[in-house]
Amino acid sequence: MTPTLSVSNLRTHFFTKEGVARAVDGVDFDVAPGEILGLVGESGSGKTVTGFSILGLIDPPGRIVEGSSIKLGDEELTTAKPDRLRAIRGAEIAMIFQDPMMTLNPVLRVDTQMIETVQAHLKVSRADALARSRAALVQVGIASPDERLRAYPHQFSGGMRQRVAIAIALLHKPKLIVADEPTTALDVTIQGQILFEAQRLCRESNTSMIWVTHDLAVVAGLADRIAVMYAGRIVEMGRTADVIERPMHPYTKGLIGSVPSQNTRGHRLAQIPGMTPSLLKLPAGCSFKSRCPIAVEQCNTMPDLVEHRPGHWARCWRAAA
Amino acid sequence: MTETTLEPPVAAKPQTPFQRVVSDFCEDRLAVFGLILVVLAVFVAVAAPWISPQNPFDIGSLDLLDAKSPPGTVSGDGKITYWLGTDGQARDMMSAIFYGMRTSLFVGFVSVVAALGIGVVVGLVAAYMGGRVDALLMRIVDIMLSFPAILVALILLSVLGKGVDKVLIALILVQWAYFARAARSAALVERNKEYVEAAACLALPASRIVFRHMLPNCLPSLIVIATITLARAIALEATLSFLGVGVPVTQPSLGMLISNGFEFLMSGSYWISFFPGVALAIAIIGINLAGDHLRDVLNPRNLR
Amino acid sequence: MLVYIIRRLMQAALVMVVMSALVFAGIFLIGDPVAMMISPDASDIERDAVRASLGLDKPLWMQYLSFMNAALHGDFGKSFLAGQPAMQLIFERMPATLELVFLSLVIALVFGLPMGIYAGLKPKSVGAKGIMTGSILGFSLPNFWVGLMLIMVFAVLLPDLIPGWPRLPASGRGATVNVLGVKLSLFTADGLLHLLLPALTLALYKGALIVRLARATAREIIPMDYIKFARAKGLSERRVVGVHVLKNIMIPIATVSGLEFGQSVAFAVITETVFSWPGMGKLLLDSILLLDRPVVVAYLMIIVVFFVVLNLLVDLLYSVLDPRVRLESRAT
Repeated sequence: MTPTLSVSNLRTHFFTKEGVARAVDGVDFDVAPGEILGLVGESGSGKTVTGFSILGLIDPPGRIVEGSSIKLGDEELTTAKPDRLRAIRGAEIAMIFQDPMMTLNPVLRVDTQMIETVQAHLKVSRADALARSRAALVQVGIASPDERLRAYPHQFSGGMRQRVAIAIALLHKPKLIVADEPTTALDVTIQGQILFEAQRLCRESNTSMIWVTHDLAVVAGLADRIAVMYAGRIVEMGRTADVIERPMHPYTKGLIGSVPSQNTRGHRLAQIPGMTPSLLKLPAGCSFKSRCPIAVEQCNTMPDLVEHRPGHWARCWRAAA
Repeated sequence: MTETTLEPPVAAKPQTPFQRVVSDFCEDRLAVFGLILVVLAVFVAVAAPWISPQNPFDIGSLDLLDAKSPPGTVSGDGKITYWLGTDGQARDMMSAIFYGMRTSLFVGFVSVVAALGIGVVVGLVAAYMGGRVDALLMRIVDIMLSFPAILVALILLSVLGKGVDKVLIALILVQWAYFARAARSAALVERNKEYVEAAACLALPASRIVFRHMLPNCLPSLIVIATITLARAIALEATLSFLGVGVPVTQPSLGMLISNGFEFLMSGSYWISFFPGVALAIAIIGINLAGDHLRDVLNPRNLR
Repeated sequence: MLVYIIRRLMQAALVMVVMSALVFAGIFLIGDPVAMMISPDASDIERDAVRASLGLDKPLWMQYLSFMNAALHGDFGKSFLAGQPAMQLIFERMPATLELVFLSLVIALVFGLPMGIYAGLKPKSVGAKGIMTGSILGFSLPNFWVGLMLIMVFAVLLPDLIPGWPRLPASGRGATVNVLGVKLSLFTADGLLHLLLPALTLALYKGALIVRLARATAREIIPMDYIKFARAKGLSERRVVGVHVLKNIMIPIATVSGLEFGQSVAFAVITETVFSWPGMGKLLLDSILLLDRPVVVAYLMIIVVFFVVLNLLVDLLYSVLDPRVRLESRAT
């Protein structure tokens, strides 16, 4: 079965005055239909840039470097014409951003912003577009949708705004949704609701989803598979249960270990020492080397992403340890 | 495994802020072009008495038969070439323009410096004292700024009469508020910084804190505003002189020269207005081009 | 909302009283109008007689009070020179100035907005750099100089050098039509021709300001998340810029344009002089030069009223354009 999305050797670099920032430096993964992939990493790991790259929304001075491939089904996106990309955005691939406050234009009404999305891809009348928008709002669980449609974004709470954003993403029943930290700016209780809604909608309509986050806990209960990113590369990837319970990469182990949970009450919280390296000055060899508790001489060469166990990949010389 | 030893990189020679400002400034060709124009204008103004072919104020040296000669004519007695033509009174346009530039630049520059002085003092005092004093001073500033400058100047000059000194007074009165507002904003930013608190803790007198400590940090934005205001002042003086309420006939500025030539515009002797107009434009454009880029260079964010 | 309007109106009234006092005090210092009206070798008795007939011999505060009293009735005295009531003179000339300012604002917006937005979208392009340099020239060159150059080019040089090139009129107002009792030349072809050069002159300064403001605001708005999101939804670039960016830019542009309207009426003094345009501005200049005090006072009062009303309208406009402001005030 062809995967919905197939990314191979994706490299997105930013060519600035101070040098080349290799935000994404060789990323490979697939997403199957109906699958939720959790893309986890700290700030600066390249996860957000990966999401934008898929949609072709990288602004200069950044660009996707030659040799990268992003395939939607059988169609190559990196060489697609701008008009084709525009037709895909919002219809076949949709995106949900992090901060719902800033995602909706504050001076336009909600119905305007939803209707324009419908009419950008379908030749329907305004009335039809309005009906579709209304249905989408109901689908994400917003009560009294007619009132909400006539309102302005700042009249909504954060959780409500994010539901609107999800509704907009669903308007054209996309094959893939890229959600960039959609719950980071929300209360924990709302977060739970949104997560539940998202999971339900994907199951119902067989939509694939890439959920980008820095919070391992969020994605542990939601995703089918997890990919951990560090300094522009994927360092571990596999089924959620495998990655969480039997992590192979020291970074993943560090991440899991640093999540406060009941087991460690009373003990000091584990930390990963050091900081993510600057993308302008990546060290040679494994990027995690300077912070790794088990680094050896061999780590001066960059390891490949190897399938050490079935369906479970890691980029570490000492993964099988 | 081979190890490569690297030479420690040679550190770039540290630049003083001033050197960095200069080098950043020179990156923009237009700004440098503007600066050249300004230098040209200033040179012409300063050297007017020595480089003018003729002294346009010396009535005896004028030959009325040469009046309204087009550019390039040679004078009746063959002594000088009127490169830019002559006006209705047979004055050599080029000389008139040199002297006119002198007056224009002089009036503009002096008025800006004086307005800067007054405005900065008022602004700094308001920022430092705060409270009622601040509110009152700023209220006055706001009232002054809400009137269009041209109207205020027009009325002032109709009261004061003609004369270079009166024009200066009017220009200063119209401009000081602008500096006061800018100085106060810059000073308020500084006032909240720690070095002011530290100086106050040392029980330094207020005037010392204000002038020796806060003022130097406000300078960059003040310099930028001064350059832009200079261009405005020159333009304003030219306008007032054009309208007939500015400098007297005995000490014409470029604006007055343009005004003199206005009546001849439609009848063919366009040069009497046109060339002083070009000279005026050169001065104003030069200052603005240089000043605009100076603003980007001196932006406080870039100065860190 | 109603409370807000009433409060602003009261503030406005207070401002007008203060301004009128300032205006009066200022004008009182304007030379001796009597000297303009009588021959220099008139006797002192004759001078005093004229002075008394104009009410100029009473103490200052009495003059101010009678001035305010008359002003509230719209009576600013008769023009010393024309004999007509000052306010009536001004009202006669007002339509000419207003249509000039209005047309110049339209021109400035129509040309300035797209150029400013373009410069904001592609800041490093050659076009953008050219536009920004042009805008510097636009607001630094003196108004009268621009008018002069336009006259030179379009009324003298081009028609002389190129046969068949139309000569644009460089002075006076064109044919007028009566619109609701007001004579406007905006709606006649001849009127428009005469309006063209002076309106262009006035429009240059404003256009330059609008270009710079539009560019600065566009630069702020374009990197915003909601613009990126609009693109992520698959909207055409035309819609992203034409609706999303534009609607956000309109807020500061509208407020500045409103305020600029008042400034332009002041600048019109210069333009009207250059083009011999029979508006309020030219009237003011002539009155100042000839010390026709009632007209000057009446003009200044009108300007004050203008500014105050304009400020109020701009505030209201702001709350109309920005839904965040409007609805918040209703909620509180």
